[in-house]
Amino acid sequence: MTWLLLNWPQALQLAWTHVLLSVPAITISVLVAVPLGRLAHRYPRPGGALLSAASLLYAIPSLPLLIIIPVVLGIPLRSSATMVVALSVYGVALLVRSAADAFGAVDARVRLAATAIGFSPWALFWRVELPLATPVLLAGVRVVVVSTVGLATIGALVGIPSLGSLFTDGFQRGIAGEVITGIVATVALALALDGACALTGRALTPWTRSARSEHAGRHTGPVAA
Amino acid sequence: MNLFADALTWLGDPSHWSGRTGIAQRAAQHLGVTAGALAIAATLALPTGILVGHTRRGRSLVVAISGAARAVPTLGLLTLAALALGIGLQAPVLALVVLAVPSLLAGAYAGVESVDPVTVDAARAVGMSEFQIITRVELPLAAPVVVGGLRAATLQVVATATLAAYVSDTGLGRYLFTGLRSRDYPQMLAGALLVAALALLLEAVLARLQQLATRATTSTPRHGAPARLAASLEGHA
Repeated sequence: MTWLLLNWPQALQLAWTHVLLSVPAITISVLVAVPLGRLAHRYPRPGGALLSAASLLYAIPSLPLLIIIPVVLGIPLRSSATMVVALSVYGVALLVRSAADAFGAVDARVRLAATAIGFSPWALFWRVELPLATPVLLAGVRVVVVSTVGLATIGALVGIPSLGSLFTDGFQRGIAGEVITGIVATVALALALDGACALTGRALTPWTRSARSEHAGRHTGPVAA
Repeated sequence: MNLFADALTWLGDPSHWSGRTGIAQRAAQHLGVTAGALAIAATLALPTGILVGHTRRGRSLVVAISGAARAVPTLGLLTLAALALGIGLQAPVLALVVLAVPSLLAGAYAGVESVDPVTVDAARAVGMSEFQIITRVELPLAAPVVVGGLRAATLQVVATATLAAYVSDTGLGRYLFTGLRSRDYPQMLAGALLVAALALLLEAVLARLQQLATRATTSTPRHGAPARLAASLEGHA
């Protein structure tokens, strides 16, 4: 507590750096994983291979990945780009399966009905499938948010600043308060971003809420309503 | 890309493989820490998870605890534990146990919970005791999901055991930290490749184990649910 009182500008600065590492990585993960998940659902054979590859990617430990990425991409080890790429790799690996599941959960009859009334494949994706897949997708994104914020701390070990710097610095100087501040701040940041995600999701899927409050049963989307 | 060649040369040097700080010894330590942490975590998590799944009570509490545990950054826990317990194996093992518990717990209760209640009632009707129901009905049927939880936990632990080298002289992570300090990139990259290879090897073994467990329980397509649940448990926090 004393440590935080004396050093809060530094902690705040590191928290902001942490946000600047996590949020771009989460955004990239969503932008890459959602189309991939859609394709994996549409073409199950190469899709299955893609999903297995993604889970293998996730099996690569984070610290080694942080060292391999700069060598492969030719970027400096201690740059924030290295961290954003590493976090995006894990984000995509995690999210691609939930994205495929999310599109799989869309009722095939709804898809057929939309095609029958004249939706083009493009409009079908944007106006029928994506909205209906959003609840499952969102659950996946929230897992990615929490894991990304936690993983970003590992960067401190190779010298990429984040809230994790409070762990390495606190450990080397023997200040438990600094480490505790880091843990609390990381968990708080994860919960805050997760909450923001949940609220965005509620705003994007108003039908799930009204269906629940009216006990209207299984109306799952705008097409059903 | 030249660095990869240097790393492979480093790996090819026989003097790096033997001795007290050799690769064989380090890999054995790495696997030892992983197995130790998993054993402790399983002793805590599996009975609890099975009990929660069997009685269907306390589920929300378990979900809340594992959710909170997942959000805690392992590096933070590790450094804090190391400050409290000193340099050595206790701190990494403690941090790895906390890391492994949520996946094991989730696998155990989700697996047992997914067993058809009609089957459980049938077992009860033919006169099985609650203990027999757990050991002879629920656990065999839950095996694929429980193994799925074990698989996720093992991956997380073997990957994170790399960090043990930050606070103690153990495991393959040592090459990463030594290389980092002396700017010896080939050694660092070689260490990274070794950890990744070990993780992928364990992943392959456990995937096969899960397949066997799934095949043992799913003789008919009707029981597709546990396999799907098991698949959804993959990945780590």
